[in-house]
Amino acid sequence: MAEISTEVLVVGAGPAGVAAAVCAERAGARALVADMQAEPGGQIWRGQWNNATNRDAARWLGALASSPAATLFGARLVALPRAGHALFDTSRGAVHVRYERAVIATGARELLLPFPGWTLPGVFGAGGLQVLAKNGWPVAGKRVVVAGSGPLLLAAADTLRARGARVALVAEQCSRGALAAFGARLARTPRKLAQAAGLFARLAGVPYRTNAWVVRVEDDGTSRRALVRVGAHERRIDCDLVAVGYGLVPNLDVAAGFGCDVAGGRVVVDGHQHTSVPGVYCAGEGTGIGGVDQALAQGEIAGYAAAGRAERAAGALARRDAAARFGALLARTFALRDELRDLAADDTLLCRCENVAFGDAAACAEAREARLMTRLGMGHCQGRVCGAAAQWLFGWNAGTPRPPFAPVRIDKLDFSAYSPSDGV
Amino acid sequence: MSATIAIRIDGRDVRVAAGISVAAAIAQAGVVATRRDVAGEPRAACCGMGVCFECRVRVDGEEALGCMARVAPGMEIVTDG
Repeated sequence: MAEISTEVLVVGAGPAGVAAAVCAERAGARALVADMQAEPGGQIWRGQWNNATNRDAARWLGALASSPAATLFGARLVALPRAGHALFDTSRGAVHVRYERAVIATGARELLLPFPGWTLPGVFGAGGLQVLAKNGWPVAGKRVVVAGSGPLLLAAADTLRARGARVALVAEQCSRGALAAFGARLARTPRKLAQAAGLFARLAGVPYRTNAWVVRVEDDGTSRRALVRVGAHERRIDCDLVAVGYGLVPNLDVAAGFGCDVAGGRVVVDGHQHTSVPGVYCAGEGTGIGGVDQALAQGEIAGYAAAGRAERAAGALARRDAAARFGALLARTFALRDELRDLAADDTLLCRCENVAFGDAAACAEAREARLMTRLGMGHCQGRVCGAAAQWLFGWNAGTPRPPFAPVRIDKLDFSAYSPSDGV
Repeated sequence: MSATIAIRIDGRDVRVAAGISVAAAIAQAGVVATRRDVAGEPRAACCGMGVCFECRVRVDGEEALGCMARVAPGMEIVTDG
């Protein structure tokens, strides 16, 4: 088993984690940043590592490349045996990291809600199909319906079009009024307005509808249709692929594994991104969905603070607070409509791993009962998909995955790391 | 045109672009499903981000997520579809 020691362990190499590692090193601490993916950038900067077209990505990924910070890519955190010890699973074997302080920057995932047809091959999350396409999934010539909620739908449609897909419709569930108010507020931040205007311009010719959502996807083996509610009407759209994402939810499993307090679906932090656990910080979407600007500002703050030089982050505090206000605006604008709770039929699967039907889960009083009675959330994904859905659908607190955070071969778990008396 | 590499998917020799994900290679090879659910229905990549585990396959004998793994020359991919 490989062993690495570091002062500051950064879990996640998206914008928040990259900023944290770079700033920790700038402040004189030795940092190690680890990520599941083969390269840094997270979801939002995917593919920017070797060929950055985004200004922030170029700046920060360049800073990481020239920083002495150590990196561990293709590595999934599977367990936190005790304070100061973290176990990663990699294709080259397990890696045991000893750390003094940690920054959690594990980002967010898409909220996927069940509807008839959502388990068919070729039905994805919206950001899901976007990142799959960026990594070579063939979409050229395919007719795609993009649906759900939030700015990610436009970004996904843009990526798909650039790779040759025919985007038949972008269906945004929020109201036209909510979107108009959002646009008016964007005018106060010219850079964001320019980004949005650029996206809309590139998507000229792609139908974009508000008050619109995918009701179900039908497939008879030879052809496929998405049934889309648009205002008062229902439209049938012939298509090959369907990409539906209802915004983002924070990934809380690693923070919960560290023992950090979580409230209201986000990690509790103080003004320096310090969690309730001494020496453990959290930056980015884990503290509440706020986007890349918030992630960068929080990452800087967490990195400097974890290196014991919190005062060097003073310049990032105002940027962080402005980004948090933008995050709150996003949440208000793209709040999900109640009709989406009624899309799943009783026999629609809610838990994709364990094939638990929506109706069987809905008959339970709360998440624990559903787990015990139906196996909801007990499959491979440990409830990452159905737990977030059940939280929104039923108001359940589905909890977070426990270690091992992902299925791992037992010989990769370093049991010696679990014994406090053992001088690992 | 980017370089291509030779890999095997379910015992079939295929050439794919270097640098793409295992999930993308499987889709390019025309393999629709990466696994079957307990009812026998086909499943394939969904979240694209290592969350849903629908695209889990065997890569050189070890379980891996197709969306997170990159293709490499000579790689042997086995789906459960």
